[in-house]
Amino acid sequence: MNGAQDLGGAHGFGPVVPEPNEPVFHAEWERRVFAMAMAMGYTGAWNLDGSRATRESLPPAQYLGSSYYEIWLAALEKQVAATGLATPDELAAGHALEPSKPVMRVLAHDGLEARFRAGFPSSREPAAAARFAVGDPVIARNVHPTGHTRLPRYVRGRRGRVERVDGTFVFPDTNAYGAGENPTWLYTVSFTAQELWGPSGDPGGTVTVAAFEPYLEPA
Amino acid sequence: MSHDHAHSHDHPHGSDLSPVEARVRALESLLTEKGYIDPAALDTLVDLYENKVGPHAGARVVARAWVDPAYRVRLLSDATRAIAELGIGGRGGEHMVVVANTPETHNLVVCTLCSCYPWPVLGLPPIWYKAPPYRARAVIDPRGVLAEFGVSIPESTRITVWDSTAETRYMVLPMRPANTEGFSEEALAALVTRDAMIGTGLPDSMPPTAPEMPL
Repeated sequence: MNGAQDLGGAHGFGPVVPEPNEPVFHAEWERRVFAMAMAMGYTGAWNLDGSRATRESLPPAQYLGSSYYEIWLAALEKQVAATGLATPDELAAGHALEPSKPVMRVLAHDGLEARFRAGFPSSREPAAAARFAVGDPVIARNVHPTGHTRLPRYVRGRRGRVERVDGTFVFPDTNAYGAGENPTWLYTVSFTAQELWGPSGDPGGTVTVAAFEPYLEPA
Repeated sequence: MSHDHAHSHDHPHGSDLSPVEARVRALESLLTEKGYIDPAALDTLVDLYENKVGPHAGARVVARAWVDPAYRVRLLSDATRAIAELGIGGRGGEHMVVVANTPETHNLVVCTLCSCYPWPVLGLPPIWYKAPPYRARAVIDPRGVLAEFGVSIPESTRITVWDSTAETRYMVLPMRPANTEGFSEEALAALVTRDAMIGTGLPDSMPPTAPEMPL
């Protein structure tokens, strides 16, 4: 969706301000939100793409006016309610008013570190041959889906080149809504800075994105 | 996005909790009571990502690539596997790509759409990486962003920006600093900053004469 999350190329946000010796978390509640988001994702009630889709569906003023973990918290509350794992009344009350819904699994302390150090790969076996090869000229489609997509606005309609065929991966645009993993070819596509930004583009500069096959057409 | 403060000025009456703290506490209580989460597992997750996973892991990878040319080749061709050789991997780093800085090319990593970042090698991202200024400008004005980090890249060096739009996670292999001949892998790793592996920094430099060289 053309939401507030799609920030590449936006002006007016001011300078980047690094924080010296920044801690991993800035408050205890941030630790809990981070860990709750991980643990609730682990239940299988939704997936990572669904979480991203929910965060970016927050109204733009809220998204841009919230800190990072405030966005996570708002999305987590929204997902819990949307999946029926808890009602808005229960969220307001902070305790259960109705029976629990079944979840696929609950993240336990035992084995947790090994599980997270092993990771959760999103690569899948290909269902078809790749349409593009390294070196192919491509155009990022000029499309504006109202749902989740990982094709940033700043490359849409722009001409690039396939630099690498990355393999087949879970397709976020459908997976976000529980509409299937639809393993889809992924490509590293480069664009010259001046193709993207015109004369103000950094001379000689390149920007690459990881683009799923349906995002691309032959140039 | 503003920074958060542990204590806000508008506490509800009768509570020491800020509104956001109260919401988080209510949510954790509810989800625990419902049996969806185990608070002990949350503690373990926090400890893992606050105290164990961090840029020291990525620094080990970089140092190994600096001293072992064959490892460098493996790292640049199949980063996930090469990083796993050092016992490093996991969530947010299942599909790694390492890009090498050279005199001709400087690499810079961003996620314009959210906050994708290679957790197993760098830990959780800093606020600036997740905040709009960096996400907005890294792709359109990389030299300006680098200048704000105090990094000046020669005009003759091209900049490649890697926007982390899928599950591929990028780490920059910086150039080995001068005057580090004979350094141990451990001493080299100590020069590798987090920002050098994002591309918003360079490794710590060494003066031409080793400072602890005895007379």
